[in-house]
Amino acid sequence: MNDENPYFKISKKDVKLIIPKNFPPPFYSFKNNQITPEGFVLGRELFYENLLSRDNSVSCGSCHQRIAAFAHIDHTLSHGIYGRIGNRNIPSLQNLIWNNSFMWDGGVTSLEMQPLAPINNPLEMDESMGGIIGKLQNSVKYRNLFQDVFGDTLINSERMLKAMTQFVGLMISNNSKYDKYIEGKAVFTPEEQHGLELFRTNCASCHTEPLFTNNTFRNNGLIPDSTLHDIGREKISTKASDKYLYKVPTLRNIEMTYPYMHDGRYRKLKDVLNFYGTAEQHTSSADPFVKKISPLDFTEKTDLILFLLTLTDKEFLFDRRFADPNMK
Amino acid sequence: MTRTIEFKAGIIALYILLPFFSLSQKSKNPPEGILLNFNHFVGDKLLVLDDTTYVNELNQPYIVTKFNYYISQIYLLKDNGKEYSIPNHFLISEDKIETKKIVLEKIPSGKYTSIRFILGVDSLHNCSGAQSGALDPINAMFWTWNTGYIFLKLEGKSTLSSAIGNTLEYHIGGYRMPNNSIRTISLPFKNPIVIEKKQMTEINMKTDISEILKAPTTIDFKITPTVNTLLNAKMIADNYSDIFTIIGINGIKY
Repeated sequence: MNDENPYFKISKKDVKLIIPKNFPPPFYSFKNNQITPEGFVLGRELFYENLLSRDNSVSCGSCHQRIAAFAHIDHTLSHGIYGRIGNRNIPSLQNLIWNNSFMWDGGVTSLEMQPLAPINNPLEMDESMGGIIGKLQNSVKYRNLFQDVFGDTLINSERMLKAMTQFVGLMISNNSKYDKYIEGKAVFTPEEQHGLELFRTNCASCHTEPLFTNNTFRNNGLIPDSTLHDIGREKISTKASDKYLYKVPTLRNIEMTYPYMHDGRYRKLKDVLNFYGTAEQHTSSADPFVKKISPLDFTEKTDLILFLLTLTDKEFLFDRRFADPNMK
Repeated sequence: MTRTIEFKAGIIALYILLPFFSLSQKSKNPPEGILLNFNHFVGDKLLVLDDTTYVNELNQPYIVTKFNYYISQIYLLKDNGKEYSIPNHFLISEDKIETKKIVLEKIPSGKYTSIRFILGVDSLHNCSGAQSGALDPINAMFWTWNTGYIFLKLEGKSTLSSAIGNTLEYHIGGYRMPNNSIRTISLPFKNPIVIEKKQMTEINMKTDISEILKAPTTIDFKITPTVNTLLNAKMIADNYSDIFTIIGINGIKY
């Protein structure tokens, strides 16, 4: 572990939770999970820890990559342990404490319990909490890390999950060019300005500022990929009216989170805009907001894309606090 | 799970339950209160995992390989109408014999006429994030893909099962309408229980698995060998609201 390298050192200042002024109040509260430098460091170690998978080959960070705002760059569907392929595209990890549900179908409603889903999924990490706790208990490194955080070497699910929450909870992106423009600290080009106007007209009903999602479930008109056997939100709610509804994802850092959609079917933003702007490509059950989107001409699409690129937040993408301390 | 981890999990379970499992010489004064002793049956037969064959309402044979459930929100009702509550959660597992005895200590003296509890975990605790003890996700009673606890797990096999491997699998959860599987169980005592010093009263409960598979809905293993999502969970939950009866109350005097 690189605890001598100042690049990876975490100070009290590093773990101060700063709520952006224009963001709504978060859903998750740290009141029963006080963020400390030691807790954050433990969470970071666990996030990048291969022991969390059955054969110790993959960690959360294997698929949730910092450069992609913790999505999985260039992967439509991700591969977990033993090369198994899942049926959904990996979402980014940004501004999670403002989400009241997680996963494309919103099946997880507790940020603390979220890691259990990929841990248990046989296509992802195929492990159990019992297996992980056993491995961590056998590790001097983890006994020391837990001691640093909690004052004793008891390693249990609650402590592990809360430490991970301290780490992912601080993944806050609010310093893109768009954010600076909103604060009056940056200037948009005429194209970016035009793109913002088009965005607000066509996209913001669901991709609402400042989170760029309204955290609702929508059918955006994609024809289902029958090979994936995915009914979306209906699996969780059991309501037939929720079939093929998926959670509106955030568009922050969209430049880096390709490919797009719940099944990663669109590699480029222009593909996304072509889809939204072509009514014939939508299913009849597409959301009314999607049906209202007007077709855009080439210039409009270009400007809209230029606006979307202003959501790239290099401070977040290169934030050293979230780097893998064991990267060789 | 490997044997070592099962052993460790068993030790952890004991460690958690030790404060409650206190009929030991360690306490200076013998505990007073109530001992809930859960006896698991299938109809009139004692439950024996794996080896014993039972039959359901439709005469379909089956064995049981796993049986776990949560009880919580225990209330003891006094004869003056007041209630005494025990806020803890308990995970009862057929294969962990120590979990089938729950000691409720330091109950205020008085006359108690009935007990009430829920089978399941209340909505607050389904939403409270990572917890320890009975609610620790290490117990494998938590749905990782649909946040919430599995209130009752009944697993087994039947040659009449239409599922692969002759599997029977009933994982029942759900804490929000319309899929709310929490059930309140109220059991009056034939005679009031008097709690006084130096007396432990043992309530022998019968948990009847056969009732999970019938009344109001008779389960046919050919049609419903598994319920492990919210779909149909309510059907099983309505069945399991009557699995508990009191089969005996004994006072243990010191």
